[in-house]
Amino acid sequence: MKIPLSWLKDFVDIDLGLEDLAHLLTMIGLEVDEIRLVGLSVAQNKKHEFPISGLSWERDKIVVAQVNEVMPHPNADRLVLCRLLDGEKEHIVLTGAPNLYPYKGQGPLSTPLKVPYAKEGAQIYDGHQPGQVLTILKRAKIRGVESYSMICSEKELGISDEHEGVIILDADAPTGEALVDYMGDAVFDIDIQPNMARDACILGVAREIAAATDKPLRKPKFEISTDGASIKGKAAIKITNPELNPRFVLGLVYDVKHKASPYWVGRRLRLAGMRPINSVVDATNYAMLEIGEPLHAFDYDVLVERAGGKPPTIITRVAQAGEKLTTLDGVEHVLDDFNVLVTDTAGALSVAGIMGGAESEVTDKTVNVLLEGASWNYINIRRTMASQRMDSEAGYRMARGVHPEVALMGEKSCLQRMAQWSEGKIAADLVDEYPLVYSDPVVQVTPAIVRRLLGIELSPHQITALLKRLEFECQVDGDVVTVNSPPHRMDIGTGTTGQADVVEEIARMYGYDNIPATRMADMLPPQRNNPVVEKEDRLLDLLVAMGLQEVISYRLTTPEREARPYLTVADAPYVRLQNPISLERSHLRRSLLASVLETVERNIRLTEGLALFEIGPVFLPEEGQELPLELRRLAIVLTGKRQATRWKVSNAESANSTAAQDFNFFDLKGILEMLFEALHLDGIAFKPDDFSAFNPGKCASICLGEHQLGVMGELHPLVKERYDFSNVAVIAADLHLDALLSMVGVNSVVGSIPVFPPVLEDIALVVTEDIPADRIINLIYQTGGKLLVDVRLFDIFRGKQIGEGKKSLAFSLTYQAVDRTLTDEEAAAVRNRIVRRLEQELGAKLRS
Amino acid sequence: MSEKNKIVMKLKDVQSQAEQEIKKVVTIDDLKALQIKFMGTGSPIDIAFKEIGQLPKEERPSTGQYANQVKQIVDNTFAKCIEEIKTTTLQRVLIEERLDITLPGYRPAIGRLHPATQALRQVCRIFSDMGFQIFRSTETDTDYYNFEMLNMPAHHPARDKWDTFYTTNPKVLLRTHTSPGQIHAMRKYVPEPIRVILPGMCYRYEQISASHEFQFNQLELLVVGHNITFGDLKGTLEDFARRMFGENVRTRFRPGYFPFTEPSAEMDIECFVCGGSGCQVCKGAGWLEILGSGMVHPVVLQNGGYDPLEYSGYAAGLGTERICMLQRRIEDIRYFWQNDIRFLEQF
Repeated sequence: MKIPLSWLKDFVDIDLGLEDLAHLLTMIGLEVDEIRLVGLSVAQNKKHEFPISGLSWERDKIVVAQVNEVMPHPNADRLVLCRLLDGEKEHIVLTGAPNLYPYKGQGPLSTPLKVPYAKEGAQIYDGHQPGQVLTILKRAKIRGVESYSMICSEKELGISDEHEGVIILDADAPTGEALVDYMGDAVFDIDIQPNMARDACILGVAREIAAATDKPLRKPKFEISTDGASIKGKAAIKITNPELNPRFVLGLVYDVKHKASPYWVGRRLRLAGMRPINSVVDATNYAMLEIGEPLHAFDYDVLVERAGGKPPTIITRVAQAGEKLTTLDGVEHVLDDFNVLVTDTAGALSVAGIMGGAESEVTDKTVNVLLEGASWNYINIRRTMASQRMDSEAGYRMARGVHPEVALMGEKSCLQRMAQWSEGKIAADLVDEYPLVYSDPVVQVTPAIVRRLLGIELSPHQITALLKRLEFECQVDGDVVTVNSPPHRMDIGTGTTGQADVVEEIARMYGYDNIPATRMADMLPPQRNNPVVEKEDRLLDLLVAMGLQEVISYRLTTPEREARPYLTVADAPYVRLQNPISLERSHLRRSLLASVLETVERNIRLTEGLALFEIGPVFLPEEGQELPLELRRLAIVLTGKRQATRWKVSNAESANSTAAQDFNFFDLKGILEMLFEALHLDGIAFKPDDFSAFNPGKCASICLGEHQLGVMGELHPLVKERYDFSNVAVIAADLHLDALLSMVGVNSVVGSIPVFPPVLEDIALVVTEDIPADRIINLIYQTGGKLLVDVRLFDIFRGKQIGEGKKSLAFSLTYQAVDRTLTDEEAAAVRNRIVRRLEQELGAKLRS
Repeated sequence: MSEKNKIVMKLKDVQSQAEQEIKKVVTIDDLKALQIKFMGTGSPIDIAFKEIGQLPKEERPSTGQYANQVKQIVDNTFAKCIEEIKTTTLQRVLIEERLDITLPGYRPAIGRLHPATQALRQVCRIFSDMGFQIFRSTETDTDYYNFEMLNMPAHHPARDKWDTFYTTNPKVLLRTHTSPGQIHAMRKYVPEPIRVILPGMCYRYEQISASHEFQFNQLELLVVGHNITFGDLKGTLEDFARRMFGENVRTRFRPGYFPFTEPSAEMDIECFVCGGSGCQVCKGAGWLEILGSGMVHPVVLQNGGYDPLEYSGYAAGLGTERICMLQRRIEDIRYFWQNDIRFLEQF
């Protein structure tokens, strides 16, 4: 909300600088987003705590002046020459302002016009350029007449973007006074939190300043000078549901004249972000901005006409579903059955508290104004604004709650202003229906409660002193302070909630910064391990240690995008958003692999090789369950060059081979083997398998005992075609993280370091191609028994020497005994057993 | 000439011959051959020693002494020469093997955690040291836990603060904050005291821009106990700020609004980029909004199963990507989930 300083000063004395005031507001919960200077200045060369914009008016160069005569320009119809007195001497000032034309050629004016006057060298905004561009007034000749100074528009002075004419100040403006002293101002842009809705008005903010600086608040008296016939018998109110409409007040102003409001009124409205219209409408907006009560003005005579010449009865009720009303912004609303309407016997007049209807609004022809000041259920207003997609300054306030007492204050304040600015007469009395009186909460607080929640010691009297500044009524009885919430706010609750609310007010007035910071002295909770997190961290660290880069994707995707990696897609249910932000982000993912592959696709041209992984949930809806199952997955994708960078030394003789540098199936298999080994998960098995994402000949399911923990493989060529991938292989794995981690134990037992030397031996075995390596290795282990501690494949050979359809696998075997140095003979015996077994079972031949 | 003199003469000759030949040798191998020639079996010195054995008994000691002297001298000469040759050879090898050390190094592949994970870990570690334990809850949750139990009934004005993604089941939404975890944690642990951190991904219905993401990590603190005060809240968060942003960082607390805390507070830290004088990062304010916090609202305590007359507590929440952005001056929050390798590799 935009709060002009000058307006605040109507209610409270402020002797703080602009930035100090902004700081004070921020520190009591009214965060200032920006200070806009409208004439006033802030200290230079000081560090600023707030963004500052706007224009400072130089005291000696921009002053109040009076135009004594407006004369025609000798060479231009659209320019006039003003005989102007700046308090010291007379100048001839050139201007093209249309609002001075009416005075042209009248000779010396009987009432001089007061204007803001910028002298030579003054810094102002350029009125002819869009936006705010600073310029310095320089001497120039315009159409033969020398010009060096200027009568200013609001745009030139940074008040608004109005540049239609120059400002004509109120007649009592003192000629010669520095303009900044006359009307220099600053506007604080304040962020009003929902629990401070009472401060969405000048009076509210002024009250907070008065409280925080412990100064008196000059509260308006809300007296009205009634000089017209009583409203009694001229209008009636019927509230059908007090829950939705606790209070409705009507007042009447006779014989209004639609005029421009006084200049200072229009300026304040503009500074607060509203546009002045005329003296009637301005009064409603002014009162709303000042008091916080949105008001609505009806053309009384239209209502009488609608009532068939009789006094109108205002009826508030919920709409019938489908009922229609065209609001004054020209939008036709088809209403829901919970929207509250202000109606008369002929039908709907306005959407209660939000916007008036087109038919009954005040126009230039309105003579008598019926003024509504009401209080509405804010939750209902909020629902209506959402369902009707309506927004207005009135709705903004009503949707946050306006106290019924404030409705009356706003009504009175507005009536008085409207009569004053429009030369109307206020009808005696008000019609005031108040069927549901808001009972202001009473809360009891004690020093003990304050100590318990804030950690500070305050006596009952100190508590009272702080709260009284905010108009809480307090009675002290022993240790108990009984606190009455003041009749302008609705944010204080009852019971323990009310206590917390009041304690917040105590803290605000005491100053959050004055509450000493302490280290917790309370008992620690029972301490527990968090194995899931600990194991997951270990897994992350291992993957990173193996050179993999973690990625984190959007969890929102579409089934179509998720289907890309799979040649066949089962019809799986998705969690779908009701209000997606875009069609591309409409479903919660079921596949983590699909996410990582998209990331690979985006990066594949940026680098020679990628080794990425992601862990995170997938969302699987379950029959009969409200929430989907959130299962954590691990997906890994490798492609392109292995990432270690090394240069080669080549010469003419050495071959230049690169294929061996690319990631292949076994890189990922090795990563998974190491991962499982490092997590001390024994017995991992890779079983040939067939999943629709993968090349059927290069695909494995990853098993641990009975459990299938995931799948891995090289992407199927047809899947790869669907992506913008290069032609190198893409290897991927998709694992069930929860299942995997659940099998990880806390500690594994560490074996002792062998003291006796091993016997090392290499053997090469020729077998037919169809025999998988792990059968051979398993047989070797089984046969080798306790003395065989390690079997390592180091070479695969194919060639004429060993025959077509055969392969030779070479292994390093390590024999070792825990209790003695093994002899070559013992090792040879084991080896012979192994070779014999392999011959018998697999037809293997020892290659010599 | 006596036999003795002959032997002495021969030894003299051998000595000078050896000294001369050694000088000509260049390689260790030649030198070793030469050593065998002069000193090995059947060499002149070897023969001389044998001949001494045949001399009259009284001549043997003096001749033997002389022969030993010669042997020693020749031995030393060989040793010295071996040293010299080794030194020169080594020097040559060192020169030959000299590297162009300006060639680039062989870089091992290095893995990295995603910056969001790194930031979360950093924050978690600080709070872990203070005795906070991680408590996780799901990313989808019900309106009941995300709003209602947090003191935000349907159509509550405060709900405006959280633009929400709803699923096609109107009761189920993507959590807008980690705060539903407060209720889950309280209901799990009641009546024990609580000191937990709730990290995780949250979602808000927002158009994506350089400063807004619809998906982001949040980390929330929750403390519940018998004597937990606003002063404790300040103390914990100030300690956190000092560890996260530097020993001398200034903090300030000002009233804020969250429906699930009362009193509520925003914590700002003095901008560590400009030291408070105003810059792009703090948008001229000198202060950076870091987290929202407050004393757990009595209604929320009650919803969690704790009697607000007996227990009190505080909660705080912060966006960890935002903190990472401030620390590393990241200009665009979209970088995080775009996963451009050129971004990720900078962490």
